[in-house]
Amino acid sequence: MSTRTVLTEHGAAPRRTRFQFDKRYLAPLLVTIVLVVGQVTFGFLESWSRTLLAIATAIVFELALGRLFFGKWPHLASAYVSGISVGMLVRSPMFWPYALCSAISITSKYVLRANNQHIWNPSNFGIVAMLVLASDTVAGLSVQWGNNLLPMVVVWAFGAAIIHAVGRFHITVTYVVSFLVFAVLRAAWTGHPLLSEVAPITGPMYQLFIFFMITDPRTTVRPVWGQSLVAFLVAAVEAVMRLYEFVYAPFYALFMVGPAALLLEHALARRRAAATVPGTAAVPSR
Amino acid sequence: MRRFARPLVALLFLAMLATPYLMRRYGPHAAARVDPGIDAIAQYGFRLTESSQAAGLRFTHEAPTLDSKLAHIMPQVASMGAGLSVVDVDRDGHQDVYVTNSREGSKNRFYRNRGDGTFEEIAEQLGIADLNQPSTGVSMGAVWGDYDNDGYEDLLLYRWGRQELYRNNEGESFTRVEQADTLPGWANVNTAIWLDYDRDGLLDIFMGGYYSERLNLWRLADTKIMPESFEYANNGGRKYLFRNLGGGRFEEVSQRAGLSSTRWALAAVAADLRGTGYPDIFIANDYGVSELFVNEGGRFREVGRQTGVGYAPKSGMNASVGDVFNAGRFAIYVSNISEEGILLQGNNLWVPTGASGPLPRYENLATSMGVALGGWSWGAQFGDLNNDGLLDLYLVNGYVSASREESYWYDFAKVAGGHEVVISDAKNWPAMGQRSLGGYQPKKVWINDGAGRFVDVAPMVGVTDRHDGRSIALADLQNRGVLDVLVGNQRGPLLLYRNDVAPGRHWIGFALEGGCSGDPGDTRCTNRSAIGAQVTIHWSGQQQVQEVSGGSGFCSQNQRPLHFGLGEDAEVEKAVIRWPSGRVDEVVRPAANRVHVVKESV
Repeated sequence: MSTRTVLTEHGAAPRRTRFQFDKRYLAPLLVTIVLVVGQVTFGFLESWSRTLLAIATAIVFELALGRLFFGKWPHLASAYVSGISVGMLVRSPMFWPYALCSAISITSKYVLRANNQHIWNPSNFGIVAMLVLASDTVAGLSVQWGNNLLPMVVVWAFGAAIIHAVGRFHITVTYVVSFLVFAVLRAAWTGHPLLSEVAPITGPMYQLFIFFMITDPRTTVRPVWGQSLVAFLVAAVEAVMRLYEFVYAPFYALFMVGPAALLLEHALARRRAAATVPGTAAVPSR
Repeated sequence: MRRFARPLVALLFLAMLATPYLMRRYGPHAAARVDPGIDAIAQYGFRLTESSQAAGLRFTHEAPTLDSKLAHIMPQVASMGAGLSVVDVDRDGHQDVYVTNSREGSKNRFYRNRGDGTFEEIAEQLGIADLNQPSTGVSMGAVWGDYDNDGYEDLLLYRWGRQELYRNNEGESFTRVEQADTLPGWANVNTAIWLDYDRDGLLDIFMGGYYSERLNLWRLADTKIMPESFEYANNGGRKYLFRNLGGGRFEEVSQRAGLSSTRWALAAVAADLRGTGYPDIFIANDYGVSELFVNEGGRFREVGRQTGVGYAPKSGMNASVGDVFNAGRFAIYVSNISEEGILLQGNNLWVPTGASGPLPRYENLATSMGVALGGWSWGAQFGDLNNDGLLDLYLVNGYVSASREESYWYDFAKVAGGHEVVISDAKNWPAMGQRSLGGYQPKKVWINDGAGRFVDVAPMVGVTDRHDGRSIALADLQNRGVLDVLVGNQRGPLLLYRNDVAPGRHWIGFALEGGCSGDPGDTRCTNRSAIGAQVTIHWSGQQQVQEVSGGSGFCSQNQRPLHFGLGEDAEVEKAVIRWPSGRVDEVVRPAANRVHVVKESV
């Protein structure tokens, strides 16, 4: 707790409060809970050292690139979340993929930008890059939460509470409901047991995906209805990819849908601005 | 400076994206280029030639057909049983071969070694062929040990079904040991080893269950038979420890001895890992962490976490030990599953750190030593294949080879990542049909370079088969001073790779015989099979330790005599033999290029 300036959703006028918890720490808090619960109860990490390597690399790259590009030390919450996500989601017997994935994730924020805004969720970009380019040495997290429901319930409860606190619960709900509907449709289409289609969402990979990737404020569109629509489209593209047996379909779906939605929003904003003030084509950056 | 920042960082970014390709092409784990014209003997010091047909080893494993409720995933659940063990059944000095079959009504085969490079099949004559009946269950493997110290190796057959012990009647025939009725009447055992855990001179038996012993896989009440978790399952088969009471009688003492676990055991190996004289037991578990039970004077304690081997759950399918650094200490090799882009568990090579303390500490060096990635890996054995004085490693891979076009991997991964409610019930698993799962995989023949790296030379030395490998055993089948390789394949042929080693490379062998005869009573002596005895040879400033094993790898057992390669130096300073009885013998300057028969004097 501290006295600090808190930005309201989408950069509305800042207000000064006392003893207000900085919401930027909520995501790091949640991802740390996931890590600790997962590791202490089941030891689900490949190793502590690999995860720490991923976190350290993300932080070092964030510090260096933030300073280089903007001339100031950046806030490290985002890099920490990216690093810890990489440390949990990447599975490899080697060490170097953890460092490389973190490095690619953070660097993508500074290199792949549109309208002065990065358009891919960093860890989503990094993990997809590794799954595609280094499939011989990298896979994704595919384990589950042990043998009982409690750890899963704990993470879902904390995750839902925190995501609700930052005003993005609607994204999670839309995605989960969409996933379940598409699971029913896939089961009907393929003839596979319904529970086998539902099974993936019960694993920790999806919890990380649902709570940290598709809800990323920096890489989602602005209107609430638009965020829900994007979550639905991610689930829809994922459902199609699952029919083509892509094991890591959610990552690929977000990789395609997320930036496309943002670029479309930018284009629409430019068109509106041009229509309102002739000769204007700028989009305010975030 | 900032003007150049963006293009420079963009270049760096491109370089990072190119790194996986560069690592694949030029990194330390880059695959060796296969040169079909290479002279393997000149380059690697040995060559392997598949010779099963010429040798008369004509055997193809057949899988069981379990309850029809599992029909939709039958290839996946009926995926084991191609066991293989080597024994000199009649003490004629030639290593014979026993293979298990698993189709209901199929027959196990015993290949007697004629000594001229050929074998004759005599299982029916011995009375150990027709052992796969619906009433008894089907074979998963077999291990040999002289439980009655009469000088002849007896047969322990483990099954999904009834476990049985057969007494060897001087190599002429076998008789089922009726007194051993304490062996499980029905259990789904996938690993069994002989060991003398209490050092009383009588061989005891360890058995590890895979599926729960409550299940008869041919008569299922429902389909809830699968693991409750892909990596944290505890609903597998129980463990058994049968203490040999003498006279063919055994007492089940697992609870009393501290061996309680219901993980899904697939492989176990016993070895004295701490220099206490007592054999410790390492268990490789499917769907979970491995377990290490240290033997504290006849009572076991599980210390997987304390020693470092009990973290990071994987799909353990092999347990074998070898002194890979010539340091006088055993490393432990555990095979797991690796499939590009889907699941990369990586195999484990647990190497002792040498840290002092009551318990050893292990570090997984499989990646840095180049033995992490095999495929859907099963049995593995250490042995000096090129007689250069360093232990090499042979690993077999492949789960279900069916359609070459269609894979079950996606559906497998989909369910395997699901919650207990989903994964544990077979009815939730999509039908496999004719799809493959980790099929048609190449094998690994890793030669030890002596500098901390293993290099895969399988295709270069002649190992190109793509069968679904399960068991592997090493034996000098023609007494030539080289280790030949036998491989048992699920739904596939028994393979014999004849080994030809470069001339000028020396070796030494030790065939040990414990001093016990019959029931030793109060006499301090070693079981007649000498299981648990260690030989350390010292030569050219090096040392290497090996231990007589009562079963290792996956459903496998190597030849009883110990084989050491010596390289080009034929001078052995000494061989130190530590018997389980506590006796230590030293053989000074033993001659190279021969097998030394050493009998424990009591």
